[in-house]
Amino acid sequence: MRHLLNPLDFSVEEIEKLLDLAADIEHDLPGYAHVCDGKKIATLFYEPSTRTRLSFEAAMLNLGGSVLGFSSAASSSAAKGESVSDTIRMISCYADICAMRHPKEGAPLVASLHSSIPVINAGDGGHQHPTQTLTDLMTIRSLLGRLDNMTVGLCGDLKFGRTVHSLINALVRYPGVKFVLISPPELRVPEYIREDVLKAGNVEFAEVGNLDDAMPDLDILYMTRVQRERFFNEEDYIRLKDCYILDKAKMKLAKEHMFVLHPLPRVNEISVEVDSDPRAAYFRQVQYGVYVRMALIMTLLEVEKPC
Amino acid sequence: MLNISGLKEGIVLDHIQAGKSLDIYYHLGLDKLECQVAIIKNAKSSKMGRKDIIKIEGALDNLDLKVLGYIDHNITVNIIKDDKIVEKKTLKLPKKITNVIHCKNPRCITSIEQELPHVFFLSDEATETYRCMYCEEKYGK
Ligand SMILES: [Zn+2]
Repeated sequence: MRHLLNPLDFSVEEIEKLLDLAADIEHDLPGYAHVCDGKKIATLFYEPSTRTRLSFEAAMLNLGGSVLGFSSAASSSAAKGESVSDTIRMISCYADICAMRHPKEGAPLVASLHSSIPVINAGDGGHQHPTQTLTDLMTIRSLLGRLDNMTVGLCGDLKFGRTVHSLINALVRYPGVKFVLISPPELRVPEYIREDVLKAGNVEFAEVGNLDDAMPDLDILYMTRVQRERFFNEEDYIRLKDCYILDKAKMKLAKEHMFVLHPLPRVNEISVEVDSDPRAAYFRQVQYGVYVRMALIMTLLEVEKPC
Repeated sequence: MLNISGLKEGIVLDHIQAGKSLDIYYHLGLDKLECQVAIIKNAKSSKMGRKDIIKIEGALDNLDLKVLGYIDHNITVNIIKDDKIVEKKTLKLPKKITNVIHCKNPRCITSIEQELPHVFFLSDEATETYRCMYCEEKYGK
């Protein structure tokens, strides 16, 4: 039995297989409508994340399965002080697979050590969020047709942005991927990404402060929001949050086949006028997130499409 | 040459950094054992200037030498039988240590679930860096 705790738990080959399955699901949704009949997913959300929870639940429902779970710590047994390991032992009796979101780092790993069903990490604090990374990979592969030989721009909060770090870690495994890291100096990528991942792996990258200058080179632009809770004072937040707003004028500088991704929710870093641009892919990304979670559930439950 | 007189069977921990023997005494849980333990502090050493030595009497199977490797992998472990050194063990940094160091990351699951064992894996041998199994936070020595 396998779990998914870290985006790097899957090898490049395994990810390719998973994305192939997700792509087949995309093109033949009815063919998968009953592959998980009678199966249940437990969504154990110790902190609210409606978006991620609904994506898992939609994925299981699309496969013919059903869902149970809780959506905040207050409505769970954790409120009574039950440990993660006790909760997962109980849930193992009710469900066939589970997705766990927890504010504390490593909670899904604790669950996996005591679980008799596959555990999917649906985000553990600022640590890992592997299904977001799989969603990003699927989106890029579907739009560009490849995961190698491209220039990826990452823009916004690169210091605290967990999704950015995971995506870099996942993409450096493919040949010919270059990165343009676009952020204010205060929000540059952490040193371990720069030194241990990019420099150590001989990956071509540039750190720049200006989004306009970077635009023409990019095949993918990954925007992130600048989260208010990351700042100690309001002034810093206000000064920085609007530095990197993507609008129509900036889109004019981009390649015709460049695509804009965003993990959502956005605040104002992408102007709504960009939404109608065919290169705006962030809502399609949500749809890909469901397909890739369907493929993941099938893979971990070891169920296959009937021939 | 190490003097092992007075010890028929047991373990001699040699080349302990001077002054560290009591730390090791407690880390190995020797205070909880009934066997005879001799601690020699500030012994003269050609290699180290001064060193500490611990002699533990009896057949000890359950002594956690991993902990010792983490604390100081330069310590030499001599196994004594019939008044002779029958084996010299050199220590390595252990790949995994449990409940020796504790994760200090306030966002780590171990910060709210006290009964969880604190498990660390060696992530970089050169810098002797360990990472928490749960949150991957670094623990430098
Ligand atoms: Zn930890």
